[in-house]
Amino acid sequence: MELICPAGTPAAYREAVEAGADAVYCGFRDETNARNFPGLNFSRAELREAVAFGHARGVQTYVALNTFMRAGAEDLWFQAADDAVAAGADAVILADLALMEHVATSHPGQRLHVSVQASASNVDAVSFLVESFGAKRLVLPRVLTVPEIANIARQVDCELEVFAFGGLCVMAEGRCSLSSYITGQSPNMQGVCSPASHVRYREDGAEMVSELGGFTINRFGADEPAGYPTLCKGRFHIADEDAYAFEDPVSLDVMDHLDALKAAGVTALKIEGRQRGKAYVAQVVSQLRSALSAAPADRPAHLAQLRRLSEGQRTTSGAYEKKWR
Amino acid sequence: MAETKTLKITMGPVPYLWSGEKWRDFYYRIADSGHVDAVTLGEAVCSKRDHFTRPFLPEVVERLEKSGKAVALASLILVTQEREVAATRKLAAAGSLVEANDLSALRLLAGRPHLVGPFVNVYNAATARLLIKRGAVRLCLGPELSETSIGPIIAGAPDAEYEVFAFGRLPLAISARCAHARAKGHAKDNCQFVCGDEPDGLDVDTLDGQPFLSINGVQTMSRHCQVLFGELPGLAALGVTHLRLSPQDCDMVAVAQLFARVRDGALAADEAMERLREIYPQAPFANGFLHGDAGMNWVAA
Repeated sequence: MELICPAGTPAAYREAVEAGADAVYCGFRDETNARNFPGLNFSRAELREAVAFGHARGVQTYVALNTFMRAGAEDLWFQAADDAVAAGADAVILADLALMEHVATSHPGQRLHVSVQASASNVDAVSFLVESFGAKRLVLPRVLTVPEIANIARQVDCELEVFAFGGLCVMAEGRCSLSSYITGQSPNMQGVCSPASHVRYREDGAEMVSELGGFTINRFGADEPAGYPTLCKGRFHIADEDAYAFEDPVSLDVMDHLDALKAAGVTALKIEGRQRGKAYVAQVVSQLRSALSAAPADRPAHLAQLRRLSEGQRTTSGAYEKKWR
Repeated sequence: MAETKTLKITMGPVPYLWSGEKWRDFYYRIADSGHVDAVTLGEAVCSKRDHFTRPFLPEVVERLEKSGKAVALASLILVTQEREVAATRKLAAAGSLVEANDLSALRLLAGRPHLVGPFVNVYNAATARLLIKRGAVRLCLGPELSETSIGPIIAGAPDAEYEVFAFGRLPLAISARCAHARAKGHAKDNCQFVCGDEPDGLDVDTLDGQPFLSINGVQTMSRHCQVLFGELPGLAALGVTHLRLSPQDCDMVAVAQLFARVRDGALAADEAMERLREIYPQAPFANGFLHGDAGMNWVAA
């Protein structure tokens, strides 16, 4: 299986290449991609340099243009797609149907990947995108079990890529307006979720309170590390209890399912984390690369190393296991 | 300001798990209402619930059509399992007018007239044009869109009707995991249909007691109820043709009547708001999304 690695900066890009990525994905420094965070992403010139750096080392570059085109501002996305193609991107990763149509029509030779944000979670949805826009690969939303993935892989005429390590969306991707309901900014439109601009930490007695848009997302005791207030991973009052209503503050780790995913027909494993530093990216990539090429008996040692990178966070295999539901 | 009188009133699918009888009787009342022009119905949130209402569907559809309502059947929002794929194919093949809520339904309905529901991402006119070319005749736009998006979408893809959420808690997210079952100590696969205990959604408050969200099975909805009364002239001017009322556990016939009276100029928006607070006191009101603000906010129209 190919290893698809994140790069939020040119430095992280080079680290990912050196560490053994098969492909690196990145985005432009604007709202055309779903990691539109301050200080992150690539200028046009930086993308061209990255593509050349990767190609010289046999590594592909994918450009994520995976937000939905804002009505009246479509040219920003069309231009970004044209520029990605001109820069030599090996694939563009798209979510908006009309942007897919633009690339399929204006750049018929360009390899088109479908972003997880398109939320294609079944054989007919995937086939719709393959038939309509010539999609060559589709990133599956994190809503499927391994057997369900295998079932789709058997029936569709394109490659499948799945998330393997890093952040975990609890909600079906591309279909979540929780962030904009509270802050006015969403992954689909502005490329952000629970944006830092709306985050506040305040002390309340011995407790640290994390807030998003003025709403308490969690309260931490003195002995608890205060996590980032990602909306769907907060602690709330529900059914007479205080609990993580949607999901604990966990990250995704499907290392126990590598063989099953391969057997299911998955082409590529994706590492989440364009917002992470270059050292993190390099370590995740090299450990995962080692784990993938190691004999099954030697794999646990590599995975143990990898799991230390979850920064003390607990991990889950999420929807890949049926019991998560 | 544009004429609002041509705006039609649509009843969206009941998002909650109601008993089959309650669900049937709800639609019988809607059938008798002179203020509802179109009805989209069917279980869109959770395929596990389908058997509660399925036995009553034929008689409900017949009654609605007999009373002159334009009826469409909603497809499932999140399709993952083989039986959900099969159900969507069956729905598409049956020949009724279908509202597509997933890309899978778009594949299956291509080339014949269908509706596009709020769960298909339509953020721009180019996407709307693409869907219209494939057979979409009415699009219910997602609740996240502001009027600065709705305007250019309709202007750039005028060959269809457009519907917006005018009343109801807003669908904000859907998950493979059931937070509703989980809150009550069950897994989704053995949920015991506990979502049926909250016919208007399960409240989620912050740890500091702020009303926050509402859970409806695998769906997360707004705690606030979207209400667009003062916005009707603006929406009509943008080319919106239908107002979607999303059922809450209250007198929806009375809600439809309020919207009809505001539309017809028989009742002022602020008076309608006062009346609505009596009909549906359970939720605070919001209209922020339409005004480009956080969805939960209230912006004076």
